[in-house]
Amino acid sequence: MPVLPDYPLPDARGRFGVYGGRYVPETLIPALEELEAAYREAKADPEFLKALEYYRTRYAGRPTPLYFAANLTRHWGGARVYLKREDLNHTGAHKINNTLGQALLARRMGKRRVIAETGAGQHGVSVATVAALFGLECVVYMGEEDVRRQALNVFRMELLGAEVHPVASGSRTLKDATNEAIRDWVTHVRDSFYILGSVVGPHPYPMIVRDFQSVIGEEVKRQLLEAEGRAVPDAVVACVGGGSNAIGIFAPFAYLPEGRPRLVGVEAAGKGLGTGRHAASINAGKRGVLHGSYMYLLCDADGQIQPAHSVSAGLDYPGVGPEHAYYADAGIAEYGSVTDAEALEAFQLLARLEGIVPALESAHAVAYAGRLAREMRPDEVLVVNLSGRGDKDVVEVKRLLEARKGGR
Amino acid sequence: MSERVAEAFRAARAEGRRAVIPYLTAGYPSPEAFVEVATRLARRADLLEVGLPYSDPLGDGPTIQRASEQALRQGVRTAAVLEMVRALRERTRVPILLMTYVNPVLAWGGARFFEAFAGAGVDGVILPDLPPDEDPALVAAARRAGLATVFLLAPTSTEARIQTVVRHTSGFVYAVSVTGVTGARARLPEEVGALVRRIKAHTELPVAVGFGVSNEATARQAAAAADGVVVGSALVRALEAGEDPLTVLEAVRRGAAKPV
Repeated sequence: MPVLPDYPLPDARGRFGVYGGRYVPETLIPALEELEAAYREAKADPEFLKALEYYRTRYAGRPTPLYFAANLTRHWGGARVYLKREDLNHTGAHKINNTLGQALLARRMGKRRVIAETGAGQHGVSVATVAALFGLECVVYMGEEDVRRQALNVFRMELLGAEVHPVASGSRTLKDATNEAIRDWVTHVRDSFYILGSVVGPHPYPMIVRDFQSVIGEEVKRQLLEAEGRAVPDAVVACVGGGSNAIGIFAPFAYLPEGRPRLVGVEAAGKGLGTGRHAASINAGKRGVLHGSYMYLLCDADGQIQPAHSVSAGLDYPGVGPEHAYYADAGIAEYGSVTDAEALEAFQLLARLEGIVPALESAHAVAYAGRLAREMRPDEVLVVNLSGRGDKDVVEVKRLLEARKGGR
Repeated sequence: MSERVAEAFRAARAEGRRAVIPYLTAGYPSPEAFVEVATRLARRADLLEVGLPYSDPLGDGPTIQRASEQALRQGVRTAAVLEMVRALRERTRVPILLMTYVNPVLAWGGARFFEAFAGAGVDGVILPDLPPDEDPALVAAARRAGLATVFLLAPTSTEARIQTVVRHTSGFVYAVSVTGVTGARARLPEEVGALVRRIKAHTELPVAVGFGVSNEATARQAAAAADGVVVGSALVRALEAGEDPLTVLEAVRRGAAKPV
């Protein structure tokens, strides 16, 4: 029987230190209270846990392998490098860990309609998938700009029976899709369940998404014990947009009383941190409120949210989950950044050396891991969370590489 | 200054009608036109609600969102809104309520933000994405600056939430007529009356109904149980269509004067 974890944070008010909380219209407060109560009940119910375990193993394909990347290890000439293969999940990314959990919650709460936001489309596809599985009506909000860039994922969602609503307001990307999803929820709060896609949003979402994603880190512990005779690696690297795959692999290590590994989150530096065209909320943002939560975010001196940029649509979000903001301040994790160009290099490197085409998001983690591994000793162990596969990105990468060859 | 808000409700009641509160987005359709239109509407209003344009207005429907986006495109930022409020204050004595989201307040720092607006002539503040118990220190900062703190309650609000929210509220309570965002609607749900009565069981404060009020009929429906009505999107829509928002406001006044 799997057990959903009990971490010391957030506190009773939904805060990780000063971060988190519930900055939403009053209409939603009772729904958030109801969701929190339902989640706590579900967590203690063996039937719920049994169903979660069933779908994780038989449907999503867990546990995902922890793969020793011998070629990459040799190439970098430092730490022993392992890849946690979340790319091998059904629908191609870690997103399914969370959507399965939340859809089971929705079903338990008797909600027949689910709402979601999506950027690159991975979370949207994942929600459409579980909605089909459990026979739920599904509405996905997606920025017009992303609808254009990710046409194939839009078709995929429609194939799965979801209704995709293009969002024309603001920057026409994930940030605005999220606003629209929250507006839909405010309007249909009595019969709809909002399946949030990352460790962001009002309490209890950052907690719930973290708990469902922590299966990643828990598996790493068991798998590393088998492979190396120890449960705790020396370093863990994961990419951070909103931050759900990173929290999923960090959290089981973050609250260890001693012997915590080095936890490194990698933000998208886009064209460079100094250019204003990036998505690095922790490295180059400030504190404020976005989508119901107090966190680090990109905004101007008057608090207007600034658009984020990354070559990876999945990291293209102007905020970062409150638990990451807390980890950063408390020194539990460190946060670096990787540019578009470095991520593209790593994308090709992993394909050539290991025969794995990673998501552009994950390529950020791979790029940073290369820097880190070289500084580490050969008897040390580095785990990289490979959050998703790159099928969705190959067309865009082809375009970028050809543009570069053309001398531009 | 927060006392002026309560006084406006008392004055309307003394005349045997409900208070009428028009909403406009600051800087829309342009900074100059906004001040001119707001001044005209204020002559036929008991209080005036001014929205600070924000990039991510979670509580607003498409009409007000579009107005915010256009104002932002014209470079309307917090300092410019302060100037507009100052200009407005010279032209009208009607109490002004500032509607804004939490992040612009935090970006300036609560005390600095509230003091600046109080200094410009604002009497109260409405923060649709701040449940007041989420940040009592921020609410206290607004009170210290002399502002009324008007909070929202919704049809989904439980008795416990009503008690919590009214404890932090001054001036009046803002009852949201529907589960949803701002926007003109053909009819208000029947439950709006029940919500107002539930709120009044917990507080002596006046209650104003907003969201969905757009014409004489919806205003009359809102006014049946409440002490005031707020009209926003219908005014902004009139501006957008190049029509005179005063026509909409007059219709709402008729409804508010003759509640069902």
